[in-house]
Amino acid sequence: MFDGYTTSELMSIFAMQGFAGLSLFSVFVLMALGLAIIFGQMGVINMAHGEFMILGAYTTYLVSGFFQSVLPGLFGGYFFVAIIIAFLICAALGAFIEWAMIRHLYRRPLDTLLATWGLSLIMQQTYRSIFGAREVGVELPEWMMGAIQVTDLVELPINGLFVMIIALSIALGVYLLMYRSGWGKKVRAVVQNRPMAEAVGINSAGVDRMTFALGCGIAGIAGAAFTMIGSTGPSSGQAYIVDTFLVVVFGGAQSLIGTIVSAFGISQAQSTMEFFLSGSMAKVLTLLVVVGILMLRPEGLMALKVRR
Amino acid sequence: MGTTTIAAGGRSHKSKGLRKSLATLAASIMLATSAQAATPATDEVNTTGLAVTDDTVKVGILHSITGTMAISEIGSVQAEKLAIEQINESGGVLGRQIEFVQEDGASDWPTFAEKSRKLLRQDNVAAIFGAWTSASRKAILPVIEQYNGMLYYPTFYEGLEQSPNVIYTGQEATQQILAGIDWAVKEKGAKTFYLLGSDYIWPRTSNKIARKHIDKLGLKVVGEEYYPLGHTQFNSVINKIKLKKPDVIFASVVGGSNVAFYKQMKAAGVDFTDEKPLLLTISVTEDEIRGIGGENVEGIYASMKYFQSLDNPNNEEFVAAFKEAWGDDMVIGDVTQAAYLGPWLWKMAVEKAGSFDIDKIREASPGIEFTKAPEGYVRIHENHHLWSKTRIGRAKTDGQYEVVYETDELMEPDPFPEGYQ
Amino acid sequence: MKNTSPLKWFASREGLYYLALALLLVVILPLALDPFRLNMVGKYLTYAFVAIGLVMCWGKAGILSLGQGVFFGLGGYCMAMFLKLEASTPEATAIQSTPGIPDFMDWNQLTELPWFWEPFHSFSFTLLAIVGVPVALAFIIGFAMFTRRVGGVYFAIITQAIAAILTILIIGQQGYTGGVNGITDLQTLMGWDIRTDEAKTILYFVCVGLLFVCLFVARFVQNRKLGRILVAMNAQENRVRFSGYDVAAFKIFVFCLAAAFAGIGGALFTLIVGFMSPSFIGIVASIEMVIFCALGGRLSILGAVYGALLVNAAKSGFSESFPELWPFAMGALFIGVVLAFPNGLAGLYQTYVMPLEDRLFKRKPKAAASAPAKPAPAARQDEGRDYDPMLDQYSPEKS
Repeated sequence: MFDGYTTSELMSIFAMQGFAGLSLFSVFVLMALGLAIIFGQMGVINMAHGEFMILGAYTTYLVSGFFQSVLPGLFGGYFFVAIIIAFLICAALGAFIEWAMIRHLYRRPLDTLLATWGLSLIMQQTYRSIFGAREVGVELPEWMMGAIQVTDLVELPINGLFVMIIALSIALGVYLLMYRSGWGKKVRAVVQNRPMAEAVGINSAGVDRMTFALGCGIAGIAGAAFTMIGSTGPSSGQAYIVDTFLVVVFGGAQSLIGTIVSAFGISQAQSTMEFFLSGSMAKVLTLLVVVGILMLRPEGLMALKVRR
Repeated sequence: MGTTTIAAGGRSHKSKGLRKSLATLAASIMLATSAQAATPATDEVNTTGLAVTDDTVKVGILHSITGTMAISEIGSVQAEKLAIEQINESGGVLGRQIEFVQEDGASDWPTFAEKSRKLLRQDNVAAIFGAWTSASRKAILPVIEQYNGMLYYPTFYEGLEQSPNVIYTGQEATQQILAGIDWAVKEKGAKTFYLLGSDYIWPRTSNKIARKHIDKLGLKVVGEEYYPLGHTQFNSVINKIKLKKPDVIFASVVGGSNVAFYKQMKAAGVDFTDEKPLLLTISVTEDEIRGIGGENVEGIYASMKYFQSLDNPNNEEFVAAFKEAWGDDMVIGDVTQAAYLGPWLWKMAVEKAGSFDIDKIREASPGIEFTKAPEGYVRIHENHHLWSKTRIGRAKTDGQYEVVYETDELMEPDPFPEGYQ
Repeated sequence: MKNTSPLKWFASREGLYYLALALLLVVILPLALDPFRLNMVGKYLTYAFVAIGLVMCWGKAGILSLGQGVFFGLGGYCMAMFLKLEASTPEATAIQSTPGIPDFMDWNQLTELPWFWEPFHSFSFTLLAIVGVPVALAFIIGFAMFTRRVGGVYFAIITQAIAAILTILIIGQQGYTGGVNGITDLQTLMGWDIRTDEAKTILYFVCVGLLFVCLFVARFVQNRKLGRILVAMNAQENRVRFSGYDVAAFKIFVFCLAAAFAGIGGALFTLIVGFMSPSFIGIVASIEMVIFCALGGRLSILGAVYGALLVNAAKSGFSESFPELWPFAMGALFIGVVLAFPNGLAGLYQTYVMPLEDRLFKRKPKAAASAPAKPAPAARQDEGRDYDPMLDQYSPEKS
C-alpha cells in the first residue's frame, strides 16, 4: 500500500492522518463533554443530547441567515456570535427542561432515559415542522473554508483546526469552572453529599439546574461547530448519540478527565482502523472493542472511588 | 349535448304517436352513445373491484412524510400531487376525476408493506405511486404481487428487478452508470477511479457494475470504500484519496453522509472545479445540494436523466407549474421528475387499454410514449423500465446543474445486464 | 394463591382478568375485525412478547435493556432464514445465476449457501434456534455484566451499543443477511402458504395461544420464590446477596427469559408480517418496545399486552390520519408515562377501577399477586442515601 511514495510523502500522509485522528478526537470531546457533565455529575441520562446539538446548529443557521440579510458586512464574524447565542438558547431550554421534567426524576435514572427519549422525539418533530424535513445548508464565511498549507504536502483543513480550538477552549473552560471556581465546588459538593451540601446552605436545586443548563449549552456549541463539518436536519442528532454515550461510559462516567482520555482512545482507534480497513468494518470493530473492554471493566477507564 | 331528431313533417294522426316515440328513442340512443364516448360505463372499465365510480377513481400515494427519508420523499409527493391535479383539470382519466389516498410510510419498511396492503385491500386503489428506497420497494413487492396492484416507482436504483406489478420511472444502474463512466473516459481522459459509497445495496451494486465496466475498458479501480449510513467523519478516506490521486472519484454516498463528506472535502482543500480529481456522482440531485450547500459541491458532475435546468419547453412549463404549486424556492431533482411521470404514464396506459384493470394496463403499457415529459421524451420498455436519455451535469454554486452532455440516443434499460452480474 | 385449585382460580380476580383478555383476543377481536385488521393486531401481539419479557427483567428485577430488538430480531431472522430457504428451491429460483439460493445472495454474486445458513433447512433446528440463539447471546452479555455487578444505566447503554453493532453488521453484510432490505418475499411454511387470509387468521390464533403460554410462564416465575427474589433484588440487592443468594445468576436467568420471549415474538412476527429487516433490531425499535411495557404498567404482565396493543393501534391510527402528529404524541406518551403515571395503565386501573370493582362485587380489596403493585421503588429507596449510577441503586440503609 505504501510503495511508490517518497519518505516525505509518507511522512506527510501520516501527519495528515494524525491530524484526522485529532480532528475526530475534538469532535468526540465536544459531543461528550456536555453529556459527561450531565451524566457524570448528576446521574441523568439525556437522550435528547443530540437534539440539543441540532438546536445549536439550527440557531447557527438562523444567525447566519440574519447576518446575510441584515448585516452582510459583518458576515465574516457571525460565527462567534452564533456560538454565543447557541450556548444561551440551549442553556435556557436546558434549564427549562430541568425545571419542568428532570428534577422530578433524579432518583430514577432509567426513567429520565425514557422521558428524555420522548423529549427527543418531540424536538425532532418540532424541527421538522418549523424548518421542514429537508436539511438546511449553513453558509460559512470565506475565511473558514479551505486549508492551511503547512508544508508542501501537508494541508490542514481550517475548520478542523477551528473545531479543535473550540474543543480545547471548552474543555479548559469546563475544567476551570469545575475545579477552580466557587460554583464548581458547589456542584462537586452536591454530587458527593447532597444533604450535607444543603445543610451548609447550598441551593442544590439551583445548582442542579445550572449544571444541566451548562451541559445543554455545551451541546449547543458542539452543534454550532458541527455545522462546519456535518449536516443539519431534524434527525441529524441521532447520528451522534450512540458514540457520545459510549465515549462517556467508557471513560468512567464521573470523571471528566476520563471522558477526554476515552475520546482520545476511541477516536485514534477508529481513525487508524478507517485508514487500513473500510469505514463500516472500522466502526464495527471499534464498537466491539469498546463494548468488550466495558464488559471486562464496566466502571470505565477512570472511575472515581465514591465513598458510599 | 344530445340532438333532437325531428321526425319528418306531420303525417296521419295515428302515426304521430309512433313517430314521437321513435324520435324519443332515436334521441336517447344519440344521447347514450355520446355519453358513452365521454365516460365509459364503470362496469366496463373496472371488472376487478377497484375503487372506480362514474365520476371518480381512487389512487394511493405512499411515501415517507416523517422520519429520516422524509427529506427525500417529500419532493416525490409534491410531484405526484401536481400531476394528478393537472390530469384532473384536463378532464381526468376516462372521464373520471382522480382522488388520492395518502399514507405515510414513516421511513419504516414494514410500515410500507402494511400501508400498501391497506391501500390495496381496503381502499381498492387503482394504482400506487410510491416508495423511494429499495428497501421500501422490496417490502411492498410481495404485497403488490399478491393482490395484483400496480406500483409506479420513481427512484434511480440498482436494477436486478423486473416485476409485472411495478413500472420503474427512474433509471436503473446501467443507464446511469455506464453512460457516466463512458463520458468521463472519453471527454475527460479518466484512467483511474476511486469508488466510494454508503454501505448498503444500492451503492454496492452500483460499484460492482462500475467496476466491471472500468475493467472492460481496461482501466483501473484504485480504491473502493463503504461507510455506514449516517456516518459523518470522512477525514480518513479523504486522506486516502489524496494519497491515491485518482482521476475520478465515483461517489454514491447518500443522506446525511453526503453533507458531511462534501463539506469535509472542501475543508480539506479539494477544489472540484480544478477537476483534479474529478468527482462523478450518481446520488446528488438538486434536492441534496440544498442541504449540502452549493459552494461545497461546485464543480462536481452528476449523471442523471433529468436536471432542473434542462432547456426544453416541457420542462419550462413543468418547473413553472411546480414552483407555483409549491413555492418559488423549490428545487426539482431527478426523482421528483420521475415521480411526476408516474400518474401521466398510468393515465396513458388506462386510456390505451380502455380499462382500469391491472392486467389490461399491464398489457397496454409497453410502448407508451410520453412526449410531454419534462425530461423530453420517455418510452415504456417491455421490462417496465423507461427508455430515456442520460445527461451529465456540472454543479454550480446556486445549487443548479449545468448540463454539459447528453447521450445522443435513448439508453435502453437493462435491469439484468449480461456480463455485469 | 398457590393452593387454589384451577377452577377456583378462574373465579378469582386475577383469573377473571386473564379470562377477559382471552375473551378479547379470541372472541371479540376476530369477530369484530376483518382479516386485514386482525392481521395487524397479530403483529401488535408479537411485540407483546417482548413487553412481557421486559416486565420480568425491568419491572421486577430492575434491569432495563434497551436492546430487546436484538433478541426479537435474532428470533425473527432465524425464522426468516428457514422460510427463505424454503422459498428458494431450485425450481422456484430457476432464473437466477445460481438456482437454489435466496435471491439477494444471487444478486450479490454469491455462488453457494453460506455455512451458517445450512442448518436452517431443518424446521426443528430453526425452532431451537429461535429460542436458543437469543438466549445464548443474552447469557453471554448477562454473564459478562452481572457477575461484575454492572446494572442500571451502564447496562442500558451497553445494550444500546450492541443493538447498534448488530444493525451495522447486518446492513453491511448484505450478501449473507439481505442487508438493509431484510429478508423478504417469504411464502410458505412447510408447504403451507402463509400469505392467504385463512393462513393469517390461523397464525393470529397461534400467536394468541403462544402469548398465553408465555403469560403463564411469566406468572409462574413471578409467583414462585424466584419471583420474590427478583423483586427483593430490585429493592435491596446487597441484602439479597448477603443472605446468600447468587444475585448474578438470578439476573442472568431473568434476562435470558426476556430474551427467549423476545425471540419467540420475533419469529411470530416474521410469520405474520411475511418479512424481517434490521429496522427492528436498532435502537429506535428497541426503545419503542420499552414504551409498550411502560405504558401497560411495568409491573404487570397483562398490562404489557394491553400496552403493546394500544400503542401500536394508536400509531397506525395516527399515521393514517395525522402522520405529523404521531411523533409528538409518542414523545408525550414517553414523558407522561414516566412523570404522571409511572405504573402505567395497570397502575391507573388499580387506583381508579379496582375500588369500583370491589364495591360492585362486594369483594375485600386484595393486593393480588399478579395485579400491579403500588408505586415504583422510587419512593422507598432514596431518602438521604448515596446513589450509585452504575448499579442504579442506593447505598444500604443507614441503621
